[in-house]
Amino acid sequence: MSFKDIKVDIQNQSILVITLNRSDVFNALRTNTLKEIASVLITCSDEIRCVVLTGGEKVFAAGADINELDVKGALESINDVRTSYWEIIKEFKKPIIASVNGFCLGGGCELAMHCDIIIAGDNAQFGQPEINLGIMPGAGGTQRTVKAMGKSNAMLMLLTGTFIDAKAAQKMNLISEVVPVQTTMLRSLEIAKLIASKSPLAASAIKSAVLASYDNGLSASLKYEKMVFSGVLSTQDKKEGIQAFQEKRKPKFKGI
Amino acid sequence: MAFETIKYESSEGIATVTFNRPEVFNSLNEVMHKELKSVISIIKKDKSLRVLIITGEGKAFCAGQDLNDRSVNNEDEELDLGESIERKYNPLIKSIYNLEIPVICKINGVAAGAGVGIALACDFVIAHEKVSFIQAFCKIGLVPDSGNSYFLPKLVGMARAKELCMLGDKLPAQTALEYGLISRVYSIDTIDEEVQKLAVHFSKAPTYGLSLIKKALNESNDNTLNEQLELEKNLQRAAGHSNDYKEGVAAFLAKRTPEFKGN
Repeated sequence: MSFKDIKVDIQNQSILVITLNRSDVFNALRTNTLKEIASVLITCSDEIRCVVLTGGEKVFAAGADINELDVKGALESINDVRTSYWEIIKEFKKPIIASVNGFCLGGGCELAMHCDIIIAGDNAQFGQPEINLGIMPGAGGTQRTVKAMGKSNAMLMLLTGTFIDAKAAQKMNLISEVVPVQTTMLRSLEIAKLIASKSPLAASAIKSAVLASYDNGLSASLKYEKMVFSGVLSTQDKKEGIQAFQEKRKPKFKGI
Repeated sequence: MAFETIKYESSEGIATVTFNRPEVFNSLNEVMHKELKSVISIIKKDKSLRVLIITGEGKAFCAGQDLNDRSVNNEDEELDLGESIERKYNPLIKSIYNLEIPVICKINGVAAGAGVGIALACDFVIAHEKVSFIQAFCKIGLVPDSGNSYFLPKLVGMARAKELCMLGDKLPAQTALEYGLISRVYSIDTIDEEVQKLAVHFSKAPTYGLSLIKKALNESNDNTLNEQLELEKNLQRAAGHSNDYKEGVAAFLAKRTPEFKGN
């Protein structure tokens, strides 16, 4: 497959690295960019155990493509094909790490929040500046920020349209780690390799159970967790994991 | 690019920014802030640069804020000085402090107020014996800004920082050196040559590695030991991928002088 807006690379046969590749426009997320990300995820092979999504050293993504937004009215927005691409990213079963340097704004911030773990370089800036254009976030920005940062922090960021730097974002629980900008990718790959060494079935099960808390109350989520847990108990990987532990060796997970 | 309030030169990897308002002791006004912002952005983009010298034209290094500037002294309206700091001084100090090449500050004359903050945001503060440093803020009822209240206690200790900031007395170069506020003091006749020597040294140094060292030392101010060890791991990892590291090791093994490209 060839792409216009992204670059795709596979590392260690198990880690899919997606790099947003429109640096001349600060990786603005036009519809085609989302389409390409979604299509890579949909067609990603079983060997892939973890995905790293990055925009390179300078910028993650500075937002939606303003030119596209400009021509959209209410009806176009409701029927927007972008929604289906976001849905694919949201429903993707394997862990995704966002490796963020520089501006991570608007749709870019929403894309990072679609990922499961966010690692940021110390030059990263997060924000939902839609309000500065008289609009609002439309790809989960009002929901995922409040879950991550709490109401007051989310409101402050969304209502003022100001940016928060990586350290502040970490304090507010929007992201997991801040590392020197030169090492964001290295650290992200280090984590991806760790995840890739685990059972992919367990990883997907954990991901779906954690994300269930976004949709459900505690009781329903606990029921869901129990169900997924039972499923994981019947895998070959579980047998291998326990056996390896008893034999004091490293497990070899096969994803079955 | 032509500037009005500063001079900018670069050659053989060495960039020099000179404050150029000698008639007002190189004090900072709106235009100078704008020009400093754009010159720093030029320096950041120019990957051939390996070291920056900041200095002043005439008798003073920099006397801080120009109090005649209408953005900080306007009788017609109540001014928010916080706004001026947020918009001008804080970005300036951060951009110098975080610059990814060594920054040498050649103190050619008195440094006062924000002028001291600019100097302390540099990596090497080199003065000649006749200059002095003044925390002038307390004399007009203001607070040390431009990072002064951050840098001073770390460099000279709290007791001396309070003396300097709350009395606002002149601190001569030699005492500043003894306090640990600045790196070196030379005679007025030799300072130019000595700064040039140091700049030439850095223009051939492993610049990328130096930028990581700078980051490690700067961040240590805010980190616990555990955080710092983690940071060292990450930075060493980055340094280990550099061309200069390869060159350094190859030159060491071949017993020759390394030729660093700065990346």
